Amino acid sequence: MAGQHRRSTARILATATAALTVAALAGCAGGSGGVNSDYGFATADQEDGSTITVWVDAAREPVAKAFEEANPDVPISIETYDGNAGGSGSFQTKVALFDQSGEGWPDVVFSTQTNDASWAAKETNGVQAFAAPLNKGYFSDDFLAGFTDGANDPMTVDGSVYGLRNDLAPVVLWYNQKLLDEFGYEIPTTWEEYEAMGEKLAAEHPGYILGSIGDSFVGTYVYYWGAQAPIFALDGNTFSSDFDDPYSVAMTEMLDSMAANGSLVQDSVFSAPFVENYSDKIVAMPGPAWYAGALFQNPDSVNAEPGTFGAADPLYWEGEDEVTGNVGGGVWYASSHSKNLAAVETFLEFATSSEESAELNSGLPAYDEAASTWLDGQAASGFFAGDFKAAVQKASGSVWGGWGFPSFSPETAYAAVVVPALAEGKTIADVVPEWQEQILNEAQVQGYTVE
Amino acid sequence: MLAFTKNGAFVGIDNFVKVFADYRFWPAVQHVALFVAIWLVSLTLLVVLLALLVHAIRVRWLSSVSRFLFYIPGALAGASSVMLWLFLLDPAVSPVAGILQLFGFETFVQTVSIDNLPVIFTLIAFWAGAGGWIIIMYGALNNIPVEVMEAARIDGAGPIGTAWHIQIPLMRKWISYMAVMSLAAGTQLFVEPRVLSQASKGVVPPDYSLNQLAYLFAFRQNDFNGSAAISLLLLVVAAGLSALFVFRGGLFERE
Repeated sequence: MAGQHRRSTARILATATAALTVAALAGCAGGSGGVNSDYGFATADQEDGSTITVWVDAAREPVAKAFEEANPDVPISIETYDGNAGGSGSFQTKVALFDQSGEGWPDVVFSTQTNDASWAAKETNGVQAFAAPLNKGYFSDDFLAGFTDGANDPMTVDGSVYGLRNDLAPVVLWYNQKLLDEFGYEIPTTWEEYEAMGEKLAAEHPGYILGSIGDSFVGTYVYYWGAQAPIFALDGNTFSSDFDDPYSVAMTEMLDSMAANGSLVQDSVFSAPFVENYSDKIVAMPGPAWYAGALFQNPDSVNAEPGTFGAADPLYWEGEDEVTGNVGGGVWYASSHSKNLAAVETFLEFATSSEESAELNSGLPAYDEAASTWLDGQAASGFFAGDFKAAVQKASGSVWGGWGFPSFSPETAYAAVVVPALAEGKTIADVVPEWQEQILNEAQVQGYTVE
Repeated sequence: MLAFTKNGAFVGIDNFVKVFADYRFWPAVQHVALFVAIWLVSLTLLVVLLALLVHAIRVRWLSSVSRFLFYIPGALAGASSVMLWLFLLDPAVSPVAGILQLFGFETFVQTVSIDNLPVIFTLIAFWAGAGGWIIIMYGALNNIPVEVMEAARIDGAGPIGTAWHIQIPLMRKWISYMAVMSLAAGTQLFVEPRVLSQASKGVVPPDYSLNQLAYLFAFRQNDFNGSAAISLLLLVVAAGLSALFVFRGGLFERE
């Protein structure tokens, strides 16, 4: 009796295995189906006039809405999601689910991260790569040439461009002209001057600040990237994180001393307490170009008086290369599974290069023409003090190239290790070993060779 | 089946070896074990105590009102109840900010630090789930024959003596039933840490619980085999512990 039972179990297992094998083979066959030479990848059967689904974060919703208004003949369904913010991975996890079910992919996705091509440009478990290559016949070369040099590099794999950059996000030094005048301070130009200013400020005007280290994107992209600290470097498939490098050590020391004297605070710049307590206490603060719309001109955030804040050249180490960091800059992806590639193309050209998109962009558009429109608009509005256009342009041309774009975000380790440690009253130096271990562990799990 | 294969081929226990070696696995085991321990103990003690109290209330309307109040939070399910807790836990907006500050928590990051999480998840789970159990225990108490209770009273047992010697022993099956069901739910901890992780921008790590780790394996690393291995381990552990409760609690014994 028991023997018979075991045999039938074995038979069921064998049948199931066979069924799975057949399914897997069928999946492979589908994946390698004929490449459409007009596009350079295997396209789905096109259905003219079918609705395109567009995923955007809250900040990009107005652009999508503007498109809907300007193109009433293109059916579009706009869905908001978290925009993959903070390296949450929601974009990848959702696509993985659709890959499993073999349907349901969105046609266009906006991501706030720049590293998604590391997985979206790869075939996974036999399913065609989600992101469509855009420079193999899909988009015209003329259009693609309109982007700022290097803007699409993070999404370029083996010569194929898999995503279009929405905005450039070089780090500049934001400053409050009124407070500087009041205190009699000069705009700092180097990290050394910035640190010295922190000491002076803490002594003379306690309560006023030079920035925050409570956001994982600020700690990593603004400070360590801007300091040329090689804590997140990728060379081919080899990942390394060097906290003993002089630049890394110097930045850690600077942040710890400024956090200790109170010139750097721990509240997230997007949190209610930050806006409440520090909106009129920011003397200077290094941050990405998109702080312009996200913080200073945002009625729900700092909401500064026109003429108060300005942007200056980014900070660098005295006597060293004048380079800066970069905080994301969103990316638009087109799905290779889309059934209406023509509509997707219309949408993406609108979202990246149209005048409306330039007006609605919170940061510096990555498309040259839109960038000039945006910069001129900012200059004309007179909202920002000083030579805003020159500072942003200098910054966008001097982003340090040593930072890596692997398939995981440096933000998760900072958020999990450094942010809670600071809240407990520890220093960054205290948790550097733990932090580095976390970064390396994540790299290993993602399949990188760790040095 | 997935747990023992890789790309369709049988690989024995390779997936398990890989999962054990993953740096996130053992911390996740500790997190879940600690949470389940704290939760089961507090749930059992408080639910039994509250059910006895409600049952002891002789005023009819007060008894039904309190049962109704206990039950309300249970109607707010899963993620939406966690959203509510996000407000409670952030000292900047919380209506109970005073209590949080009493414990020394000035910011949301401090409140959700990793050492506090088992207690926070216990509070959330208790708040959402205890009401239903109190009602069930109340029903169990109603099932105890009036003669038995009267006999106890005539023998001179006070309310505490009756509870300890008569009511709790007669509720034993129900208590172990509650423990089994709650254990199953507790080891599956997922929604609460997931929502907290997103809300805290990663201060609550995305790999806090075992189910979250299984999720990351499946959808971040596209490793469904490793994910299945974790799920299978969870099943084995939960089944083992449930068996213990079933046999110790005499769930299937008949008088």
